[in-house]
Amino acid sequence: MATATPTTPVDGRAARRRAWARTREQLADFWRRFSKNRLAVVGGVVLLLVIIMGLFAPWIAPHDPTLPNFRNRFAPPAWMEGGSWEHPLGTDQLGRDMLSRIIWGARASLKVGAVVISFATVVGIFMGLVSGYYGGWVDVVIQRLSDILLAFPYLVLAIALMGVMGPGFGNLILALVYKEWVTPSRIVRGEVLAAKNVEYVEAARAVGARDRHIMWREILPNTFSSVIVVATLRVAWVILMEASLSFLGLGVQPPEPAWGSMIAQGREYIFSSWWLATFPGIAILLTVLGINLLGEGLRDALDPRLRE
Amino acid sequence: MAEAQAAVSARGGGGGGAPAALERGGLKADFPLLAHFGERLFGKKVRHVHAVDGVDLTVYRGETVGLVGESGCGKSTLARSVLRLYQPTAGSVKFEGREILNLPPAEMRRLRKDMQIIFQDPFASLNPRQTVEQIVGLPLRIQGVPKHEIRGRVLELLEIVGLPPGHIDRFPHQFSGGQRQRIGIARALAVRPKFVVADEPVSALDVSIQAQIINLLERLQEEFGLTYLFITHDLSVVSYVSDRIAVMYLGRIVEWAKTEDLFAEPLHPYTQALLSAIPTVERRGRRRERIILQGSPPTPIDPPGGCRFYERCFLKEKNETCRLVDPELVDLGNGRKVACHAVAGTL
Repeated sequence: MATATPTTPVDGRAARRRAWARTREQLADFWRRFSKNRLAVVGGVVLLLVIIMGLFAPWIAPHDPTLPNFRNRFAPPAWMEGGSWEHPLGTDQLGRDMLSRIIWGARASLKVGAVVISFATVVGIFMGLVSGYYGGWVDVVIQRLSDILLAFPYLVLAIALMGVMGPGFGNLILALVYKEWVTPSRIVRGEVLAAKNVEYVEAARAVGARDRHIMWREILPNTFSSVIVVATLRVAWVILMEASLSFLGLGVQPPEPAWGSMIAQGREYIFSSWWLATFPGIAILLTVLGINLLGEGLRDALDPRLRE
Repeated sequence: MAEAQAAVSARGGGGGGAPAALERGGLKADFPLLAHFGERLFGKKVRHVHAVDGVDLTVYRGETVGLVGESGCGKSTLARSVLRLYQPTAGSVKFEGREILNLPPAEMRRLRKDMQIIFQDPFASLNPRQTVEQIVGLPLRIQGVPKHEIRGRVLELLEIVGLPPGHIDRFPHQFSGGQRQRIGIARALAVRPKFVVADEPVSALDVSIQAQIINLLERLQEEFGLTYLFITHDLSVVSYVSDRIAVMYLGRIVEWAKTEDLFAEPLHPYTQALLSAIPTVERRGRRRERIILQGSPPTPIDPPGGCRFYERCFLKEKNETCRLVDPELVDLGNGRKVACHAVAGTL
């Protein structure tokens, strides 16, 4: 049998082909399990729509989201008395198109969510791996630091940080990342602790694998599903935090549209022109709900403990 | 330590005469009980679990030594200490006459080519995210086999352990328990080791599969001249594969004998109890008296002095000496050693 194997340069291509076939098989397997959960698929579709809105905002949005039109302030949504399809969701207190602002607002929320979670996940994975794998005083230091960070209420400290550093995109990211990494790091640490003494890790050690190999190749791939699930669910949380900060005027700064600041501004007119605050609120609700449904679906489909 | 070496030279003239593949002397593996950070801060004394406590064990080249004992007696800890998967707290492990406990990492890595382990749980011992090629190929990669040769070598190994070569790209969950164990064996054999620790290699398998795996292990031993340290709690398995048997109780070896001798005449009361518990199918003839031990082994956390089997010992002869003096492993000649005051006549 062994003679049948090509050990020529073609081998590299064959290996890649095999790897691709393997990946495809895994993806198909994942999709079979994921698609059974209808709610999760709905959540995924909602999130996908939001992402498309955010990515292609300049092409989708019918109007400039920051262009005021003082002759057409407080125009109601299209289906109400006095509304027109020119502004399907009406206009705000400065006569800006609500739909365009919500579409652009998706971009702000997603940008913050994606950047914060990416940073937090990378930092968290690293911290969790080191903390769990090496243990000892490294673990003690990282874990006590996490405890300290977790002891502060999220929003209060974010507000304080934003107050001190001043508003701005970089500062906003910083104010959210500084403790967001704790969640993925805890998850990874837990998985590492569990995997550290599993026999396949011992087997790798017994054949002389280095720590680096064991951490990155043996243990880390087995934490991916939890990390992906947690990252997804935390995006929703970060988007909420961003909206809260923007609501308080500490997040995304006007005139750039953000759902949080739109709610804050629309709040004053809630009794006369309810759509100013309601539509961005619905946007937040749907996005967060969609992400949560998707995240839970992912958890069910990816968690190997629920398999078999 | 001196004792272990004496055993080697004494055997050298009379018995097989093969040099020791593996010796370890006075091996101790203690695990500090996880103390709270605060407790350590305030200088509380850390207690230790003495999983393996002063064990001497010599394995000669080409033989199979069976290590028996109940769960939690330190068999697996002993095995892992020998391979330095745990760092023992004291003692020495010599492989082909060379001390390995203080080898620098690079040399230890090279030596791992010669000593491998087969694990008990065929489900936990294979990384669920890796294919057979990745799993079996890892030791080859680490030992520096060129990349393009690995796949061919893995295919050869699959053939050796009796798996279809077409399964090379599969994942562990696509195999049965017996097949998974074969993958584990292929991985252990990949680097052509001299010495293999088999840590309960069949106890997680169905009885019908057990026989297949044991036969495979025996065939491989002949084919590759392997030396086995075979750990198990299953006495019928151990009697089948082992040349010599060491019986462990609570971190100590209490009896050492050639397999036939041990089964013909177990000396240590614990061994007697163990052997009497083997289920038999004999209808006629003498039925062995079943010895049912009272209680359970004491905790290995800072165990008291004296014989560790004292509490459960059923010998009429047991007395104060047993309670107070820790019996040493006494050489009775003919490869037989026992740690019991009553048997060794040191009461």
